[in-house]
Amino acid sequence: MSVYVWIETYAGRANPSSWEALAAAAKLAENLGSDVTALVFGENARTIATEAGHFGATNAYICNDEAVNEYRLEAYAQLMTDLVKQHQPAFVLAVASSRGRELLASSAVDTESGLIADATDLRLDKRRIVATRPAYAGKVSMEMTSNSTTTYITVRGRAFQAPPRDANATVSLAEIQTVLTMNDITVEAESFTDAADDVNLTDAAIIVSGGRGMANNPKQVPSDQDTVDPNVWKAKDGFENTLRPLAAVLGAAVGASRAAVDAGYIPYEHQVGQTGKVVNPDLYIACGISGAIQHQAGMRGSKIIVAINKDAEAPIFKLARYGIVGDLYDVVPALTAALQRKLGS
Amino acid sequence: MHVVSFTRSTPDTAAKVWVNEEGKVTWGDVATVVNPWDEYSLEEAIVQAKRCAGEATVIAIGPDINDDALKHSIAMGITNALRIDEPKADIRDSLVWSALAAGAIKKLGNVELVVFGKESVDVATDQHSYQLARRLGWTMLSYVSNIIALDPDTGTIRVEQMLEQGKRVLSARLPAVITVMKGINEPRYPNFLGIRKAAKAQIPVWSAANLGIALPVAATTVVAYHNPPVRDVATEIIPGKDSAEKAAILAERLFEEKVL
Ligand SMILES: Cc1cc2nc3c(=O)[nH]c(=O)nc-3n(C[C@H](O)[C@H](O)[C@H](O)COP(=O)(O)OP(=O)(O)OC[C@H]3O[C@@H](n4cnc5c(N)ncnc54)[C@H](O)[C@@H]3O)c2cc1C
Ligand SMILES: Nc1ncnc2c1ncn2[C@@H]1O[C@H](COP(=O)(O)O)[C@@H](O)[C@H]1O
Repeated sequence: MSVYVWIETYAGRANPSSWEALAAAAKLAENLGSDVTALVFGENARTIATEAGHFGATNAYICNDEAVNEYRLEAYAQLMTDLVKQHQPAFVLAVASSRGRELLASSAVDTESGLIADATDLRLDKRRIVATRPAYAGKVSMEMTSNSTTTYITVRGRAFQAPPRDANATVSLAEIQTVLTMNDITVEAESFTDAADDVNLTDAAIIVSGGRGMANNPKQVPSDQDTVDPNVWKAKDGFENTLRPLAAVLGAAVGASRAAVDAGYIPYEHQVGQTGKVVNPDLYIACGISGAIQHQAGMRGSKIIVAINKDAEAPIFKLARYGIVGDLYDVVPALTAALQRKLGS
Repeated sequence: MHVVSFTRSTPDTAAKVWVNEEGKVTWGDVATVVNPWDEYSLEEAIVQAKRCAGEATVIAIGPDINDDALKHSIAMGITNALRIDEPKADIRDSLVWSALAAGAIKKLGNVELVVFGKESVDVATDQHSYQLARRLGWTMLSYVSNIIALDPDTGTIRVEQMLEQGKRVLSARLPAVITVMKGINEPRYPNFLGIRKAAKAQIPVWSAANLGIALPVAATTVVAYHNPPVRDVATEIIPGKDSAEKAAILAERLFEEKVL
């Protein structure tokens, strides 16, 4: 009755959020008097499994056949399903990323098992799982349990703290083979375009976000740009030359309100909120964002919220630990400079 | 070409939602809306069905509160609506939910594409689509930001998928289940004719027996709903004679908070 953790990998490297899932698994395993088994499929599986050992996995199943070299739902789900049917682990965990969610949901159906998504807390009540997860945009929290032999659980990113790395810890590896061949797989990946570095909002420890207020850039639209909407030009320039420098100093990801996205100031990938991404950083700096309820739905879980807004009555201040009432085009460059001085020294 | 979309009603995103004394989730008498993520999937179902000279059906699983979402779908331009209601089923468990959904798709018979929104804004589990695809044994294409090509004659589909790491182009065989992202289209507003059609629509309701399926036992159960502790923040508005001074003080505070 081991506890399995799927280690998400990308281009031959582990998604470090998977170590958080190992932490959640270790707690369950300890209570069950059991151990943690990492499932590592794809390129560099062996190296990544060894690394998983440094973060608490005692065993690992590794597979690096052609059909799983890159992530493919069909092949990955089949492998996971076969392992679960054979060994009946008590739990299968993964971080609640896009792929974590689809993979665990698929395998859970294959094995007619319970599935709990996006858990923020897990405990055992007489060997019965009780998982806490947020619902209704964080306005309600729900507790769920499961009575199946194996329960699949995805854990929210940054809800569990990754264990300290122990480079001396070892893991016992078992190599397995895929059951599906390339011919069985009906989905073909043709091409891939990498996202910009600063859009990985769900893993980010710090996020700097801009809203509709970004359009109030005092800069003049250059004369060769007079065909574009001046607000769009000003806001884009603001994201690029005012917000991004602050994000760069902090090593932060860049977020945005839906108003900014819908107006074409920044691509949708950056949207935070109910119809964007739900984020849980340590620090969230909202610039020129009023703090509508749908925006709050995506960022209310941030540890420290900072609001920079020229309207002292903006609802975002009710949520913020620190606020600066002022024009973001004055405050943000000043903050960038102040942080640069402090972080530089 | 028959395209199906699943949807349901969710509380208005601006509604106050809380857990009452009986431990039930409530939002008072505020109206529900069609799940906002589904505006994109419904629009896509309408567009793709039209492009292939086919029809579009919308399905909700659950009690009659979902008729609001179905009527909104008809008002947008979906041709047929259907509700599955099985009082004996705990559809909060997605094994049960997907068994009913798969039963409905099989009963309809000629479906080649099922379109979901990315998630339900209320429970936000993002799990129903995958489980349906798996039960049907169909291709699953998640987080679709663009349908590049859809050809019922050759039975192929080509899409752009949006992941945390970037965008992928995928090609696959039909039948397929897809989930779509915001930005894939501009959802239309229902027009007068559509609203009138929706008001008059009779929505058939099917039970598990109608679908001819045996219900699986729910694996998960909701133990309790709670009101989360109120977030008690004391806001400090940073003082200072100008932006430079305020910024310097804020930087100081952020260091003290140890979040940098
Ligand atoms: C179904 C649904 C889903 C939604 N989903 C989302 C979502 O996922 N995410 C989301 O964000 N929204 C979402 N919304 C939209 C939401 O209701 C708001 O409209 C949106 O968040 C407003 O964005 P904003 O704060 O940037 O703009 P506004 O509300 O217009 O606020 C702009 C703010 O900028 C300030 N400002 C202007 N100029 C400056 C300056 N120079 N310096 C400093 N401050 C300045 C103003 O004082 C104001 O407070 C959704 C709405 C609906 C109905
Ligand atoms: N009871 C239901 N009836 C119809 N569609 C649903 C139901 N529950 C979830 N969905 C749809 O499934 C998709 C994914 O939602 P979820 O997995 O609930 O986050 C959304 O398009 C929802 O509208």
